[in-house]
Amino acid sequence: MSLRDSGLEYVGASRIEGPLVVVERVRDAGFDELVEIRDRGGRPRLGRVLDISQDAAVVQVLEGTEGLSCGTLRARFLGESLKLPVSESMLGRVFDGLGRPADGGPAPLSGDRRDVNGSPINPVARRYPREFIQTGISAIDGMNALVRGQKLPIFSGNGLPHDRVCAQLVRQARLPGEKGGFSIVFAAMGVKRDVADYFMRDFEESGALERVAMFLSLADAPGVERLLTPRAALTLAEYLAFDLGRHVLVVLTDMTNYCESLREVGTARGEIPGRKGYPGYLYSDLASIYERAGRVEGSGGSITQTAILTMPSDDISHPVPDLTGYITEGQIVLDRDLFQRGVYPPIAGLPSLSRLMKDGVGKGYTRGDHPALASQLFACYAYVKRVRALADIIGEDDLSAGDKLYLKFGENFERRFLNQGEHEDRPVETTLDLGWEMLSMLPREELHRVSGEMLDEHYKKNKERR
Amino acid sequence: MGAAENGRRPFVTRISGPVVTVGGMAGASMYEVVRVGELGLVGEVVRQAGDTATVQVYEDTTMLKPGAPVERSGAPLSLWLGPGLIGNIYDGVQRPLPELMARGGTWIRRGEKADPLDLSRPWEFTPLLVPGQEVTEGQAAGLVKETPLVEHKIMLPPGVGGTVRSAAGKGAYTLNDTLAVVDTPSGPVEIKMLQKWPVRQPRPARARRRVSEPLVTGQRVIDTFFPLAKGGCACIPGGFGTGKTITQHQLAKWSDAGIIIFIGCGERGNEMTEVLREFPELKDPRTGRPLMERTILIANTSNMPVAAREVSIYTGITMAEYYRDMGWDVAVFADSTSRWAEALREMAARLEEMPAEEGFPASLPSRLAQFYERGGAVTALGGWEGSVSIVGAVSPPGGDFSEPVTQHTRRFTRVLWSLDTELANARHYPSINWLRSYSDYLEEVENAWEKIAPGWRELRGEAMVVLQREEHYRQIARLIGPDALPDGQRLFLFIGGIMREGFLAQSAFDEADMYCPLEKQAALLRVIMALYVGARDLIKSGAALADISALPCVGRVMRAKTECPGVQELADLEGAVKDELAELSVRAGKGGVV
Repeated sequence: MSLRDSGLEYVGASRIEGPLVVVERVRDAGFDELVEIRDRGGRPRLGRVLDISQDAAVVQVLEGTEGLSCGTLRARFLGESLKLPVSESMLGRVFDGLGRPADGGPAPLSGDRRDVNGSPINPVARRYPREFIQTGISAIDGMNALVRGQKLPIFSGNGLPHDRVCAQLVRQARLPGEKGGFSIVFAAMGVKRDVADYFMRDFEESGALERVAMFLSLADAPGVERLLTPRAALTLAEYLAFDLGRHVLVVLTDMTNYCESLREVGTARGEIPGRKGYPGYLYSDLASIYERAGRVEGSGGSITQTAILTMPSDDISHPVPDLTGYITEGQIVLDRDLFQRGVYPPIAGLPSLSRLMKDGVGKGYTRGDHPALASQLFACYAYVKRVRALADIIGEDDLSAGDKLYLKFGENFERRFLNQGEHEDRPVETTLDLGWEMLSMLPREELHRVSGEMLDEHYKKNKERR
Repeated sequence: MGAAENGRRPFVTRISGPVVTVGGMAGASMYEVVRVGELGLVGEVVRQAGDTATVQVYEDTTMLKPGAPVERSGAPLSLWLGPGLIGNIYDGVQRPLPELMARGGTWIRRGEKADPLDLSRPWEFTPLLVPGQEVTEGQAAGLVKETPLVEHKIMLPPGVGGTVRSAAGKGAYTLNDTLAVVDTPSGPVEIKMLQKWPVRQPRPARARRRVSEPLVTGQRVIDTFFPLAKGGCACIPGGFGTGKTITQHQLAKWSDAGIIIFIGCGERGNEMTEVLREFPELKDPRTGRPLMERTILIANTSNMPVAAREVSIYTGITMAEYYRDMGWDVAVFADSTSRWAEALREMAARLEEMPAEEGFPASLPSRLAQFYERGGAVTALGGWEGSVSIVGAVSPPGGDFSEPVTQHTRRFTRVLWSLDTELANARHYPSINWLRSYSDYLEEVENAWEKIAPGWRELRGEAMVVLQREEHYRQIARLIGPDALPDGQRLFLFIGGIMREGFLAQSAFDEADMYCPLEKQAALLRVIMALYVGARDLIKSGAALADISALPCVGRVMRAKTECPGVQELADLEGAVKDELAELSVRAGKGGVV
């Protein structure tokens, strides 16, 4: 962060409360302006103006208020909002939550400094995302396909293998038939050091490290800093994608921590809380992050986002996953039950959804039968769930022969279609053929969502079935 | 800081996000538009105390400083109304997005300005007035062919009537050219193509009419079971992933309203882009012309400023009223009103208002009522008939329909299309739950429907009974297993399944199925009901359900929605169903193997 030396300095604050400092009689400072705060002997800390009137400025200190004293602190207003210098050389580097080098290296050379808040993309300037990304994960490619420019979060719970699934996705994601992988911008918010290390090791092993820029605001960093971490990361991503024409994959983990920081600041400001104490503007605030994805006219690049969020007590109706689901284009939901039965990746069949799949798969993208096959698999698996519920009550033995067949289908679907190795990279054709193999266990006349021609081509009479 | 010392010029005293306090505003009126700071950010006065006013700003206020100058406009936020609206794409405060892109590129920069309508473009004008003629408000001064689908009446603004002093001849004129001068009791008034109207104020009409025509959408579950009337209001609540947006898109594409206004209110950018890319390519099923030629899009995506989101639905409804006043049937699709309500909540919190239910302001129900009340069928000031239908999507948090926005919206709308997570999970689209949805317009649209498909009302009633009983036996089957039910009850599960797959589910992507005309809907339902009635009688006389479900016609009925292109084919199929059932009955009667 290159900061100008100009700016008026004020001594003393009238109030310090949580992350907020109130400085009186401030002149000529703007809303959202960056403030540098020092106290005796301490390192300078960054803050920003949340509310300003002619009498006082409310400054949110991004790096914690420990050790600050009302009488002696000094606040210098820097005359601009938070900006991030951006350059291609930031790939392969590690930064702190505010975008300052954290790997001991020099600050990246750049004359191009961008406002981390960005600007909204004109909806007219967007290009509709269409290119299928092959992740090599059947549950995603086959049933919830990801396309370039999409934002598809992973809804998980504590203890579920979301990091492994995400790392596998990042490792394997590529466009079929295209050389060169994604540039990766990785933002960690409030996760433990181990998690960040896990990803770093994984990037290293797969040889991706020189294409990765990491922004780390770990669990021990002050909570407020996290509010800017995804914004700094996305500012770099926008530069790489829309100025340099790269394909960028942004990983944000863990958005639940981000939202908690937002709640912390809201509470400290005495705002009226909304659901579960989260501020009423949580939706708009999340949108200002998630919407920074996509493709635009006049640029060959793209931003694909995947955010990990842990659902508190696996509750999908909790405000954070709920509002996220309203903004993102679908969600990959991890399921504790599948996980406990040893299925990896434990991607829940029914609540997972990719809204952009319909336009990125099928003829010309993957294979003509893909959409119908996915729809048929969904329908059959939904029926399996109903049969299982019934079997819980009347017992498996009393099920009709047809329903027993569905139970068998469900078991195979989970064991062979969903389940795969952590380093198993299945081409999409393999996934689709596997899907047909699953469907071939069911009577042909019950498959209404696929056409006769598709059945003729792909439906095989399963030899083992009697 | 010069402005601050000058007591008379308005200046900023405090900034908190989109809420800005301005001093020196004595004499300002509520909802007056102001321009704030050097960039001239647009804002609206929402509260006054002494000579201090609180302003909600429609753009990001980063680096705005106390002391910055504020410029008053003296007028409330008003829309430009005139030829050129159709086919355009606006943000919430009527800035044309294609024009902004031409000027500023990919990003929407702060303070960017552009005229909502092109003032330099000439339009071919056909006059309808002659000097000396007596005219009244709302009367047409002339016609402009706005698009091949839309004839635009240039109307005398509300409150303007008298004697025509002069009138322009046929020819090409721009929006600000004088087309006629009317001598009114309060002096001469120039009539131009361009009118301005305050966005928060409903446009007047001569009288409200009783609704009578169904708004045909081509979606079977809607038209047949839960029809909306032209001039009616509907509510689509659904948790995320239940297909709210795609249902709205389908309705916007296929509704038989003359003008479609689609308001993307706080929704996803890529979804808006999908609409923007798709609509110009889609053809109107009735005219074969591109849908954009009758559509206005308003896009205020979730990351665009929240105050502009609050205004966007008024922007849409005001445009709708303007076309209604020309005699059009207009359909307004708002996706989603929950985001709009959240914008209200967000602004109220910034204004430190006392919150009511779940943090929403206490005025939420009255604001919703005001919005939906702007829908309706009217006799316009000009004497002709027009209507505004409103379809509002609601996104209840956690899919919980007891939350305030869903609850209050239900009070002010008469149709509910309730989206269902379970159906959506099984990829049954449109995922409108037929047991929880309702339409209160059945009486009103009955005559019009019956003209197209005699017997519709009765057929619908019988089908609803079957669906209700299916649910009943399904509950029981869930406990004891379907095989434990007698054939007479399992019949409902069987017919219900056919009804679900073969009638209620409709693909938005299948060419043959995406739009289903009313007569075909009725014919298709008749086929299914013929199968039901025949099967019921057979079972009564001792036939087994297994034999009926093995008939070759069953599969054909299931696929009839895509494989039978018209009413004739469906009638043939109905015949085939009856024949096969009769044959089975004969076999049963002979005591053969049944």
